[in-house]
Amino acid sequence: MEKMPRWADVALIPILNLIIAFALSALVILAIGEDPVAAVKMMVTGALGSTYGWGYTLYYTTNFIFTGLAVSIAFQAAMFNIGGEGQAAMGGLGVALVCLYIPFPHWALALVFAMAGGALFGAFWAAIPAYLQAKRGSHIVITTIMFNFIAASLLNYLLVNVLRPQGSMDPASARFPEPTRLPTFQDMFSTAENVMFRGTPANVTFFIALLACVGVYFLMWRSRLGYEIRAFGKNPAASIYAGISPFKLTMIAMLISGGLSGMMSINNTMGESERLIMNSVEGAGFIGIAVALMGRNHPFGVLLAAFLFGFLYQGGGELALWTKIPRELITVIQAFVIMFTGALDNMVRMPVERMFIRAAKRREG
Amino acid sequence: MDFLTILQIMDSAVRLATPLLLACLAGLFSERAGIFDIGLEGKILASAFFSAGVAALTGSVWLGLLAGVGASMVFSAIHGLASITFQGNQLISGVALNFFASGITVLVGEAWFSLGGRTPSLSGGERFSPIELPLSETIMPVPVAGPLYHDLISGHTFLVYIALIAVPASWFLLYRTRFGLRLRAVGENPAAVDTAGVSVIKLRYAAMVIAGVLCGLAGVYLATGLAAGFVKEMSAGRGYIALAALIFAKWRPWHALGATMLFGLLEAIANRYQSIDLGGIVIPVQFMQALPYILTVLILAGFGGKAIGPRAGGVPYVKER
Repeated sequence: MEKMPRWADVALIPILNLIIAFALSALVILAIGEDPVAAVKMMVTGALGSTYGWGYTLYYTTNFIFTGLAVSIAFQAAMFNIGGEGQAAMGGLGVALVCLYIPFPHWALALVFAMAGGALFGAFWAAIPAYLQAKRGSHIVITTIMFNFIAASLLNYLLVNVLRPQGSMDPASARFPEPTRLPTFQDMFSTAENVMFRGTPANVTFFIALLACVGVYFLMWRSRLGYEIRAFGKNPAASIYAGISPFKLTMIAMLISGGLSGMMSINNTMGESERLIMNSVEGAGFIGIAVALMGRNHPFGVLLAAFLFGFLYQGGGELALWTKIPRELITVIQAFVIMFTGALDNMVRMPVERMFIRAAKRREG
Repeated sequence: MDFLTILQIMDSAVRLATPLLLACLAGLFSERAGIFDIGLEGKILASAFFSAGVAALTGSVWLGLLAGVGASMVFSAIHGLASITFQGNQLISGVALNFFASGITVLVGEAWFSLGGRTPSLSGGERFSPIELPLSETIMPVPVAGPLYHDLISGHTFLVYIALIAVPASWFLLYRTRFGLRLRAVGENPAAVDTAGVSVIKLRYAAMVIAGVLCGLAGVYLATGLAAGFVKEMSAGRGYIALAALIFAKWRPWHALGATMLFGLLEAIANRYQSIDLGGIVIPVQFMQALPYILTVLILAGFGGKAIGPRAGGVPYVKER
């Protein structure tokens, strides 16, 4: 007997989880003496009320799509990749090296190479933990955490001692040359009399992120490799029996995951800061965990969740600007979302399941 | 490098190792009982904030200690609820708690003190002061042993000594008592413990309580002993270093002491020297900072003995339905 109809699993439970997470967030706002309703209004106006707000919201969304997809692919293969932060930081290094040292005639060509550079460096940073997990049995969660710190130290060293231009005090690379500048939404959508998205960082990378969602969908649900990854994640023993190599799949899933994290850097490093800066990822790698959990590891879910977090991020920034609520409110909301959609999922799922079973029994009479 | 410099570095290593040691032992109890605890970082941070915050508000470091340990216990209880009662993913729960700590400390800090997430600087009775061990002034003139006793062994806050006592105490509890035997068993084979008629759930919650207290002390020491007050994100990855030390120590109390002292020493050296010149080869400070993590990865990779954790670690225990 089916425990629950499919719609309850796909929609009802995630929505209930989210409602609990947001209700608790509202309580937190109340507890620090602010008005949650006013806060939500301000967030909506700040993030979605103008093309300026949208420009930032979609910029953040782009970051979170990449890291969310990255975490979700690893999850499908039953691995928890907490290393998105480090992989994206290393991706930034790849993007920076490509942009600084290859003279490009046009941004489109630069973008292709930067994507490759970012993905390669990110994948490389995921490859070592993946190899250690597959061959030596070291727990991937611990190694990816360690690799986040190692990446931070490495970038710190490179930015201070190697990439920093002479005479500059700032631990950052030189500015990328002009031809690598990506078109922003302002360039693309403004008309002569009407400037849209003025000064916002949203850029052409957003469309790459959408393509990545489509690509991941076809990879995971319409290809043989995706089927193997999902089968391996659901039941490793059975899939090994069916002839799937666990080493190969662990490596491939983590390489794709790291590559997607690394590609995030075309948005923040190439598109926004236009040079490599310290701590360029700003926690987006970790937000990917919340995005993947909330999006139920499906690219479409990831897209929606990334947009929600983009909205929260930009709205939270506005709140910090105009009220006494600090930016860190977003971190708390993020924690609630991870907790209730991830670890405490059963708290909602068990009673709902029981309810459906009881209803089914009653129907049968 | 003269004797005095070495002594100073060692002294600073002991101070820096203390929060690591307490957190590492916390992780030890939790993981030995089969619960992964990557939320150490969050517990340290929450405890550091609430101890400093309450100490600043009440003027008493002892009330601060209670608040810090209390905050850490609440985190432990939530982790227990998610990973024991609701059989959720322990890693995800830990990640969520870490984020919760880093957000809520700033939110509450801003609401209480409006100092951008900091607490006011603590002084006098709001902090733990160093304890001079008996005779430390008397034997000071004795060469080598005198300064060693006076500077290195004496003159720490009481939490440092608590941490050092916690090592043999943890060893005794884990290896010489019935409770310890059962706790270790529940991390290896919970079904067997259950069959013997001992409650897996109770044992695991007990481990959570011990971990909460120890981790709470780590945070209290950080904010009221090592530093004088709380600053945003002041745990600065110490929970993860403690986790690294736990693996380095292969989940054993005495080795945890060694591992955390080593990591404390690395941090002390990195704090003192910007870069170290080893006859032509310059080791950058960033390398020293990354060394605990690199060493842990090497250990995990099986260089220098295999690190195998408790067998039932990370798996929620489900009785047969």
